[in-house]
Amino acid sequence: MENSGVIVQTNEQVTQIEVEKVRTPFLEFWRKFKKQRMAMIAGSFIILLFLIAFISPFIAPYSSVEPDYDNILSPPSMEHFAGTDAFGRDIFSRILEGTRISLFVGLSSVFVGAVGGTILGLISGFYGRWLDSIIMRFCDVLFAFPGILLAIGIIAILGPGLGNVIIAVAIFSIPIFARIVRSSTLAIKSTVFVEAARSIGAPARRIIWKHIFPGTVSSIIVYFTMRIGTSILTAASLSFLGLGAQPPSPEWGAMLSSGRDFLNTAPHVTFFPGFAIFITVLAFNLLGDGLRDALDPKMKD
Amino acid sequence: MFRYIVKRLFGVVPILLIVSIFIFMFVHLIPGDPARLVAGPDASHQDVELVRQQLGLDKPIVTQYITYISNLVQGDLGISMKTKRNVYDEIADRFMPTFWLTVWSMVWAIVFGLLIGVISATKRNKWQDYTGMFSAVSGISLPSFWLGLMLIQLFSVKLGWFPTGGSESWKAYVLPSITLGAGVAAVIARFARSSLMDILREDYIRTGRAKGLKENVVVWKHALKNAMIPVITMTGLQFGFLLGGSIVVETVFSWPGLGRLLIDSVSFRDYPVIQAEMLLFALEFILINLLVDILYGVMNPQIRYE
Repeated sequence: MENSGVIVQTNEQVTQIEVEKVRTPFLEFWRKFKKQRMAMIAGSFIILLFLIAFISPFIAPYSSVEPDYDNILSPPSMEHFAGTDAFGRDIFSRILEGTRISLFVGLSSVFVGAVGGTILGLISGFYGRWLDSIIMRFCDVLFAFPGILLAIGIIAILGPGLGNVIIAVAIFSIPIFARIVRSSTLAIKSTVFVEAARSIGAPARRIIWKHIFPGTVSSIIVYFTMRIGTSILTAASLSFLGLGAQPPSPEWGAMLSSGRDFLNTAPHVTFFPGFAIFITVLAFNLLGDGLRDALDPKMKD
Repeated sequence: MFRYIVKRLFGVVPILLIVSIFIFMFVHLIPGDPARLVAGPDASHQDVELVRQQLGLDKPIVTQYITYISNLVQGDLGISMKTKRNVYDEIADRFMPTFWLTVWSMVWAIVFGLLIGVISATKRNKWQDYTGMFSAVSGISLPSFWLGLMLIQLFSVKLGWFPTGGSESWKAYVLPSITLGAGVAAVIARFARSSLMDILREDYIRTGRAKGLKENVVVWKHALKNAMIPVITMTGLQFGFLLGGSIVVETVFSWPGLGRLLIDSVSFRDYPVIQAEMLLFALEFILINLLVDILYGVMNPQIRYE
């Protein structure tokens, strides 16, 4: 719409065009993103979460591991905002401590999945033919298992533990990124500038990384953000099922699971860790929605 | 149409083949000697060798695979290490509770998802839209095990309306199916909204309105019919999500279904059962995707000629 004055070039419009040239893609993105109020709030909350992850040992009012047998399963109060668990440990402090685990698991697993998926997607889309068939069949097979089932299968092979949860979640993120990057790659491959690069003899690797990859980045960022929420949720589910983080760890899913036996007498033991998972995942999903609308309005959920 | 279905059916064959190889390889991927794993840590060297012979692990891998497939076709899935029962019977017992749980979850997810989606799309940027879409994104972000436990705490423990577990009466289905369906309802709502909004911009909708049709008729009859095509695809794909989600929800509600069997088997390292369940889940998922694909072709003739 802002380019509608291009046809008749009065002086005023020429300056307008020049002003637009100065706008970097980042500023353009920021201008659109600022309008998404929910995403802005979610983004600020996520920054706060990262802050908590780093400074939790200094701000937590109580130790997250030391038991306090005088205060077993006490309900929320002014001393213990979220009450205490079966060992008298302060749940609020443990949730703060658990932030680091959840963010680490979410980020690292999606990062590994995104890197793997992006490379496979670029290769698959760019080279096509048999490489494409092999990679896409591989993705189809991974897709043949509903997400968490694949993770459980991988954990059945590797054994329970948080490290194996990260590997499992990373593996089932790979095909999602591979498919998205492949479809962007196919679209960009047939553009004129790639044709031009090819005809002046640019090597394949340069075309892929210099010309095609930058075009796929915006959809990678959007899916990356959205997948973090899903990954945190999956990792917490696996810990809840006893396949991920093991009990003394203040991982939110494991904390929640340990509260199941006291659901009648002390529901706060399950309520607060679950609420922490919920708002964290919600924040990442809202941020993902906002990023999608700002970066790639054509993409739908 | 027939050609289209046949083409789709053949498209599934390579995936089935690779999936079966993958699941066959499952026991071989576990670090360590599979024969020792099956025989157990206390077994003597002789016992391990006996198990190796019984399972045919001493034969070449291709022979093993062929034996595995031919047993599979005959419904022989091996013996559970935990209960010493036939895995086929073990799974058959658990199949129906999970089946009905997923069906009920899907039914209410579709009803509520569509309702929220349509209201949001027709009341675009009004409070109904904001409320609907915020509940949808919340539904996607809710940990199902937390939602389930909170529902139990409120409706079973405090109010005593529904049982906390089991699958005997219709009442037992209410809380688990709400828990399992919430995420799917949310996805359907979001998808239905965006799909319906696209359709409401079409010329034929304007024509409908211009000739004086009631708004309800335009939305529910004319627009929704076309808006449903992508929604059905999406809904079909959500079945996979339900299958996966049932694993968690069944654990929360002590549901005697396949999901809980899987978790029990993983903690017990009951590999024949894990293998059989993975295969069953994958088969169901592939089959549903195939059906969705075919249904999509039936509803949208353009797809068939591509």
